[in-house]
Amino acid sequence: MSLLGYVFMQRALIAGTLIGATAGAIGVYVVLRGFSFIGAGIAHAAFGGVAIALLLGIEPLWGALAFSLAVAWAIAYTSRRAAIKEEVAVGILFAASMALGIFLLSFVPGYRADLFGYLFGNILSVSSHDLLVSFVLAGLVFTAVAVLYKEFLFITFDPGMAEVSGFPVGVLQGLLLSLVALTVVLSLRVVGAVLVAALLVIPAATAYQLVQDFHRLLFLSALLGIAEVVGGLIISFYLDTPSGPTIVLLSAALFALVMFLRKRSP
Amino acid sequence: MKPVVELVDVWVELGGHTVLEAITMRVEEGEFVSVVGPNGAGKTTLLKVILGLVAPQRGEVRVFGRPPRDLGRDRARIGYVPQVEEIDLRFPLRVIDVVLMGRYGILGLGRRPRREDRRAALEALELVGIRELAGKLIGELSGGQRQRAFLARALAAKPKLLLLDEPTTGVDPAASESFYELLRKIQEEDVTILMVTHDVGVVSRYVDKVACINRRLVVHGRPEEVVTSEALAEMYGCAALFFHHGRIPHMVVRPHTDFREEGK
Ligand SMILES: Nc1ncnc2c1ncn2[C@@H]1O[C@H](COP(=O)(O)OP(=O)(O)OP(=O)(O)O)[C@@H](O)[C@H]1O
Ligand SMILES: [Mg+2]
Repeated sequence: MSLLGYVFMQRALIAGTLIGATAGAIGVYVVLRGFSFIGAGIAHAAFGGVAIALLLGIEPLWGALAFSLAVAWAIAYTSRRAAIKEEVAVGILFAASMALGIFLLSFVPGYRADLFGYLFGNILSVSSHDLLVSFVLAGLVFTAVAVLYKEFLFITFDPGMAEVSGFPVGVLQGLLLSLVALTVVLSLRVVGAVLVAALLVIPAATAYQLVQDFHRLLFLSALLGIAEVVGGLIISFYLDTPSGPTIVLLSAALFALVMFLRKRSP
Repeated sequence: MKPVVELVDVWVELGGHTVLEAITMRVEEGEFVSVVGPNGAGKTTLLKVILGLVAPQRGEVRVFGRPPRDLGRDRARIGYVPQVEEIDLRFPLRVIDVVLMGRYGILGLGRRPRREDRRAALEALELVGIRELAGKLIGELSGGQRQRAFLARALAAKPKLLLLDEPTTGVDPAASESFYELLRKIQEEDVTILMVTHDVGVVSRYVDKVACINRRLVVHGRPEEVVTSEALAEMYGCAALFFHHGRIPHMVVRPHTDFREEGK
């Protein structure tokens, strides 16, 4: 049977398209603002939220959403005061949240499959309910980027000037990080908590080598994101490998290829 | 004449250190004032106080007659050219897009730039003489061109007050001079200008007043008064000498050994 004959695969590919587009687009802000570490942090926190939700018997996505949004705002709040101590505190928060997640999950019966799936992604895991949630999350992210395009560009390029011009930089920063959180939650099932951060960085970094115009960068990065997630899912279907690492390997290979070609023909 | 900027006994403390101490100064409408002083003297902080980004512990600040935080829409009447190192030059933006950001304050939240904003941005580029570079990437410009681009951004909103923080850093002397000429031209349109600079000597030919700052306001007056006074020596904590070659004063500074302590 062909790959599209499987319902789970149809759902995974649709979810993958949404994931690739959002992670690619949001990744542009992550890369340009130097937020790569923050993407990883939010993903770790999301995993802690999943574990607690599983333990309490709630829908895991809600746990992930609550934890990652909480961390997003904690970072937005602390990053505006230059105190190193608070940054360290947030760093510890990520790690503790991830550790707590794994610790708690060991009390959940049959946890191993779940654990592995949430850490590294599971191609079989996208339910029709997940797909609905994915559409809502991706819709939210793209609406926000469209409506606040100018604001997000401003605080990413020159937050000082944005503040001078009277923009609520702290709130906008929190909103932008919330979009990172939504993207993480959206990607959690298919890509897994460990590798979401990579998906937030690689398509954008690849596109950055090819175009130098912010607007085009957003589009190209989203397109690359889609190609990489969908391509990775197809490969993982045929090779029976976990989807997260397959997607990230494919993305990294594409990044390396672009870098190599650019070096040869400047 | 109306004061555009007024500071009365302003004290600022940052990270447990007094950065500005009892600053009292007025900048009148249409004046071109330069702010000079050694590194860490509090010059950038002074601009941030005027912009309302740093709140003083004590004292009063008024811009256009009101506290900077209550300026509301009038905020857009202040143009600001920040110190270079605060900006990432590898950012994938074209010059026109950077200049367009000067209009964002007028537009406010959620509104997109329109044709008239684009026109204002192009006019500002025209004014600073780099319209033909509108489509270039900001990182591709030379130091002097880049400073003109950031000046254009500050001018795009047609400000009445222009604050510049070391706008000629890394710009060659000839280009600096033509930059100052340009500011003079802008001043003639009734724009009040406050410019931080280390270019003490050259700048005195262009400005109406010089404010010397080293945590305190050491002196604030006409360039010829300031330049010939002991103020510069006191301010830099060093021996400052001016040689006059024709109309161009040159400054030579010989630092004290305890200069750093005095700066604190
Ligand atoms: N956010 C801050 N927290 C703590 N101290 C600060 C902060 N910002 C500035 N300072 C201190 O205030 C003093 C004045 O800084 P400021 O940037 O105003 O100096 P400056 O005159 O602009 O110097 P430069 O010529 O190097 O630009 C410095 O000693 C600096 O270390
Ligand atoms: Mg400074």
